[in-house]
Amino acid sequence: MFKSLRGRLITVAIIVVTAAWQLYSHKTETGQWLKLGLDLQGGMHLVLEVDDPDGTMTAEAKSDMIDRVDRIIRTRIDEFGVEEPLIQKVGGERLIVELAGIDDEEQAKGIVQRNAFLEFKKVLPTSDMDGALRRIDRAIVAALGVDSITALGRAVLQEETSNLENLLFGADTAAVDSAAAAAESAAAAVADSIEAEENALRPFSSLLLIGDIEGTYLVAAADRPVAEMFLAMSEVERAFPRDQIMLWGSELVGQAAQTFYRLYVLEEDSFLTGAELEDATAMRDPQFNQSQVQFEFSRAGGRQFARFSGSNIGNYLAIVLDNEVMSAPVIRDRIGARGQIEMGQGTPLEEARDLALVLRAGALPARINIVEERTVGPSLGQDSIDQGRLAGLVGIGLVIIVMIAYYGAAGFLAVGALAVYILLVLGGLAGLNATLTVPGIAGLILSIGMAVDANVLIFERIREELDHGRAARTAVDEGFQHALSAIVDANITTLITALILFQFGTGPVQGFAVTLSIGIVASFFSALFVTRTFFLAYLSGKKASDPISI
Amino acid sequence: MRLFNNAQYRFIEARRKAYVVSGLVLVIGVGAMVVNITSLGSWQNYGVDFVGGSLVQVRFEQPVSAGELRDALGGAEAPPITQFGSGNEFVIRAPLDDDASITEVAADLEASVSANLPDRGVEVVRTELVGAKVGAELQTKALQAVLFSFVLTLVYLAFRFELRFGLAAVIATAHDILITLGFLALFRVEIALPTVAAILTILGYSLNDTIVVFDRVRENMQAKGARKRDPVDLVNVSINETLPRTVLTSGTTLAVLLALLVLGGAVIRDFTIVLILGVVIGTYSSIFVASPALIEIQKRWGVSDPDRKKERPQPATV
Repeated sequence: MFKSLRGRLITVAIIVVTAAWQLYSHKTETGQWLKLGLDLQGGMHLVLEVDDPDGTMTAEAKSDMIDRVDRIIRTRIDEFGVEEPLIQKVGGERLIVELAGIDDEEQAKGIVQRNAFLEFKKVLPTSDMDGALRRIDRAIVAALGVDSITALGRAVLQEETSNLENLLFGADTAAVDSAAAAAESAAAAVADSIEAEENALRPFSSLLLIGDIEGTYLVAAADRPVAEMFLAMSEVERAFPRDQIMLWGSELVGQAAQTFYRLYVLEEDSFLTGAELEDATAMRDPQFNQSQVQFEFSRAGGRQFARFSGSNIGNYLAIVLDNEVMSAPVIRDRIGARGQIEMGQGTPLEEARDLALVLRAGALPARINIVEERTVGPSLGQDSIDQGRLAGLVGIGLVIIVMIAYYGAAGFLAVGALAVYILLVLGGLAGLNATLTVPGIAGLILSIGMAVDANVLIFERIREELDHGRAARTAVDEGFQHALSAIVDANITTLITALILFQFGTGPVQGFAVTLSIGIVASFFSALFVTRTFFLAYLSGKKASDPISI
Repeated sequence: MRLFNNAQYRFIEARRKAYVVSGLVLVIGVGAMVVNITSLGSWQNYGVDFVGGSLVQVRFEQPVSAGELRDALGGAEAPPITQFGSGNEFVIRAPLDDDASITEVAADLEASVSANLPDRGVEVVRTELVGAKVGAELQTKALQAVLFSFVLTLVYLAFRFELRFGLAAVIATAHDILITLGFLALFRVEIALPTVAAILTILGYSLNDTIVVFDRVRENMQAKGARKRDPVDLVNVSINETLPRTVLTSGTTLAVLLALLVLGGAVIRDFTIVLILGVVIGTYSSIFVASPALIEIQKRWGVSDPDRKKERPQPATV
């Protein structure tokens, strides 16, 4: 079939139709001729890594962990409703997540990154902490020394008074009564600083006020960083009573013109986790203008929950999400398989929906960090497409002009083969569902240059054979034969480079490598088979001794 | 139309001049790298892809100058701003705290720009954040990719041709990459991921060019009476025979790349510049570096072809 001209033409036709069909079916299936990379259509590219601050995890553990993260994020994104997300594990410890055409990057990131580790813990009375607080204070004083704690208190204080001064002296309208107020505040500052020195002996407990709910303390919002720092100290951790922990509430509480955070005293072991969750739905409570997430436990989880609530009627229960207490309802009755998480007043329903989504998909087994993040706006992508298309068309136009001017009729044959080549590359990209990126367009245009090179090699060779006095048909045969080795070697070495690029690169570089590889294979076929077929067709109307235009 | 038909240039004889040219360009490049190390702290102007960091690209509907944008972002305290392309687009290397989110930083930037430059229609079109560790890994990977492709090419050419052809090709390619890196260092072109792709493409293109010439050398070596020919002459003839192809292919590739440079937009401009440079250097090196290297290797270490061992190495007549 490859021997006869007719067979060759049919083969070329079949391949052209196949390539065109691939393109067409890609268009009808996805609405696009080719799948576009994030840099062309806009979107978000994230690279995630399992958090390992101490560097103690083995490569195997990391790889296993990232596999689990992979599965959970897949479920989450499926529910989030992003079309054709790309989620790919690289190098055993990273996960690439590509989301095309999303509107709200922050929301998408929240959904990907949120741990969503849900726990249910028993709230303990603060009296359980009484003895421990003294131990904790002593431990902090022993570890840091009184002076540095006093300095710490002053730093917080000074910041506040200087803010106050700015407020007072900075505003001209308030200048009239500012002097009096300043004197007052200065006096207050002195009094505060004396108090601060006394408090230095009880650095932690002096920050705590008795809470509005049983089992909680209130900490002024301004004091929270200091309290957090104390709680993170290993000495404090050791001074804590066995099986007890303190966790922050998620909501700010306003009281007497000041804002506070609740600090809950909880049993360390949770009696139930989100693993037993079967379903979660976002709801809106119209009565309190509150968003909430209602959840349902599995049968086993429901039993556990019922047992716990039954024996703890009158006590408080903390619903803890990612180490933050979302709410702490009182247990009034034995609760079965259902419960709810209050999201606080004024929280939009979308937030509740996102939480319900991540709860349904399950908790991440570890904290993950975003180590790379790229977003491209859709308008930038459209510009790149337009410019790339224009540059491509002009480039191809230039090639056509050069080939025809230089080689005459043979140039036309080469241009015909080039057209087949371009269709092959596009069909190949569509068939493999490869992604076209900005560097990919460049690779495409470059590989056009290389496709031309193969034709040039052949034509120059034919010219040489003609110079040696061979008849047209022989010269053409010899030309193709002699050019073969150079074309094979040149193409294979470039292919080697392209494959290495594919191995080493990510995203855009891989896109480039793919288009280049497809381009090389297609140019190989187009130069050696298509051009030759066209040449045979051109020669078929001539006698062996007729001159040819090359 | 025919160009360079029956050309008979004495390329190999001019190799000493070429060595001087290449040497000078290499020295300038290495000099630029050294200057960069002392003034930039790094031998290349690495972008966020390689050193980590973050950037925010903004676009204005109305004309805005870099100075105006700098003032809008706090004057002397503004983060580094560079114009992107020729339009009203700017890349801001936004500073980022450990736990901050690039999306938030971008939103803050957008807010303060639109507050200070109202009615200019600002829009964030791109944000990037790369961790320092990821960037450092990329540097290693890029180096590995280049070395790996050297080795594979060497093996392939040693198998298809002879070892010395492989060596000469690798020398020429290394020459091209070094000169390109020198150019990048000299003009402090920002090295991003696509730049690496461009450098590796140069590697492929340069090899492609070299192989076409070597293919002809191989063929002429196998021709009748080749053994009695002066190797310098043989290589010269081979270069001249392939010269029309070299010129035409380089010319068309350059034409396409120029179209890309002029019309392709700012996103791929650096990429295209590197490729244009690579095509010029690759063409030059296949004639003036790879082919002379072949001769030099033969002169120093004799002929590796077993058929030709009986003969004494021909003295090169220069």
